[in-house]
Amino acid sequence: MPMSNLTRSRVRSAWIFLVPMLVILALVAGWPLFRTIWYGFTDANLSDPEARQFVGFENYLRRGDDGEWYGLLAEFGDKGNWWLSVWNTVKFAVVSVFLETVLGLVIALVLNASFKMRGLVRTAVLIPWAIPTIVSAKMWQWILNGQYGMMNDLLMTLGILSQPLSWTADPDLAMASVIAVDVWKTTPFMTLLILAALQMLPSNCYEAARVDGIHPVKVFFKVTLPLIRPALMVAVIFRFLDALRVFDLIYILTSNSKDTMTMSVYVRQQMVDFAEMGYGSAASTMLFIIIALITIAYLKIGRVSFEGGR
Amino acid sequence: MKRGKKDYAKLVGFYTLVVAIILYAVFPFYYAILSSFKSGSALFEVNYFPFSLDFGNYGSVFTGQNFGQSIWNSVLVSFGVVALSLLLGLTGAFALARVRFRGRGLLLMTILGVSMFPAVAVLSGMFELIRFTGMQDSLWSLVFSYMIFTLPFTVWVLTTFMRDLPLELEEAAIMDGATPWQTITQVFMPLMWPALVTTGLLAFIQAWNEFLFALTFILVDEQRTVPVAIALMGGNTPRELPWGNIMAASVVVTLPVVALVLIFQRRIVAGLTDGAVKG
Repeated sequence: MPMSNLTRSRVRSAWIFLVPMLVILALVAGWPLFRTIWYGFTDANLSDPEARQFVGFENYLRRGDDGEWYGLLAEFGDKGNWWLSVWNTVKFAVVSVFLETVLGLVIALVLNASFKMRGLVRTAVLIPWAIPTIVSAKMWQWILNGQYGMMNDLLMTLGILSQPLSWTADPDLAMASVIAVDVWKTTPFMTLLILAALQMLPSNCYEAARVDGIHPVKVFFKVTLPLIRPALMVAVIFRFLDALRVFDLIYILTSNSKDTMTMSVYVRQQMVDFAEMGYGSAASTMLFIIIALITIAYLKIGRVSFEGGR
Repeated sequence: MKRGKKDYAKLVGFYTLVVAIILYAVFPFYYAILSSFKSGSALFEVNYFPFSLDFGNYGSVFTGQNFGQSIWNSVLVSFGVVALSLLLGLTGAFALARVRFRGRGLLLMTILGVSMFPAVAVLSGMFELIRFTGMQDSLWSLVFSYMIFTLPFTVWVLTTFMRDLPLELEEAAIMDGATPWQTITQVFMPLMWPALVTTGLLAFIQAWNEFLFALTFILVDEQRTVPVAIALMGGNTPRELPWGNIMAASVVVTLPVVALVLIFQRRIVAGLTDGAVKG
């Protein structure tokens, strides 16, 4: 039959088209991931990865001669920063994504109303997103500079502060500063996705609500929020995955400081600064597993309460 | 309709919020531009309006360091990434969107999974591969490794776009005896400009901004890209950063991206929502 011949030749050419893309994807994602996991079981050093020995799970957990536990899984307190960096990452991701969602909702609701300067405001809101992360980190490092920074000057002029603060060096402030910069940079992404969802909502439920004289705040929580919830959940997971692998911003603003060290910063420090390729790879693998678990948990929990149909 | 006092209060409140949003979004970049035009001791006095217009920082950032070279490197890498991911994305998307074959759904899910990959999780494996192929300190290492960010997204968006194109077009092309490659380049490409512009732009921005791989795989100054060059700008002493130069360099590399984003804002918003909401 000619038709099935045609189909067969189409499928063949489809595979010819697919192969280059799949080969590149396997080379940039699959193979390096496999090698990273494998290196996690060795004691390789960055300067000479060929000279390595298989050490099993020792990078993860081993008993020292002194009877103490060592390895990534034992890096609590003064034994190392691994679990601290996991905790910092989760704290950073949860707080900044929460703040971005709230701010993004507010700005999207404003942009969804019709008023004269709407186009201008939408353009302005996009600017932080367009600025490269490194540039925005440097910009904020300058603004938050403890000696000459604008932030101290502004807050002291307004009478909010009585003396300058060192925003990124002070252990109590560093995390908050980093989160504030991340929120500034990524709120536009949230705003855009929420705005797109808002603009797809049917207008008739709003008219019905207005005719019934229901308070706008109640309409927001009873009508708008449930309707945009699916889009909101997707936007949140995208941002959350992004926030869990944060590196640039923290590396620039606070370098390798313990107070803000995230998993990515920890991995790079082990691998590059300490040249511990094997140990760093084990940490990479842990990072991958932790992010995968959090993603699966989020998707499961999200769906469960979604099907629960509140 | 007459407006009551309450309505005016609402209006004032609304516009206060609008102004606050604009200030919040724009002011930090405005302040960076302001600082880039100040040099010497003026830099360390905070003011909020343009008092000086000193181009000294812009001159010194290009003469003193390899910054011009870094911009050229970033341009090469970004265009290379866009070209390669569009080529592979377009052919891959054609196969995934227009041809039925076994395992298609699984492939699409795998590609989506890769797009959620944390790049740092492949750092040592990628480092080994780049060293093995001799690409270390070459811009090719970046064009190659950036495929992990740009390719899955490009394939995904182009596939969703191509799936919605009418079947008749392709049937007509087959009747005329067009090969699949001709179908892609002569029938689909002209229709897909919006999607190609969007995905190309997003790939460009990602390549232009990437930092971790560029910091790790390239260790010679002549091959650095812009984000790393800015991050590594130092002064005579480690505590004294050349803030004027850094701000000037930041403005130079940001303005083209901001201009692109503002010109194509509708297309970019469409691309982001395609990638995120449909995904």
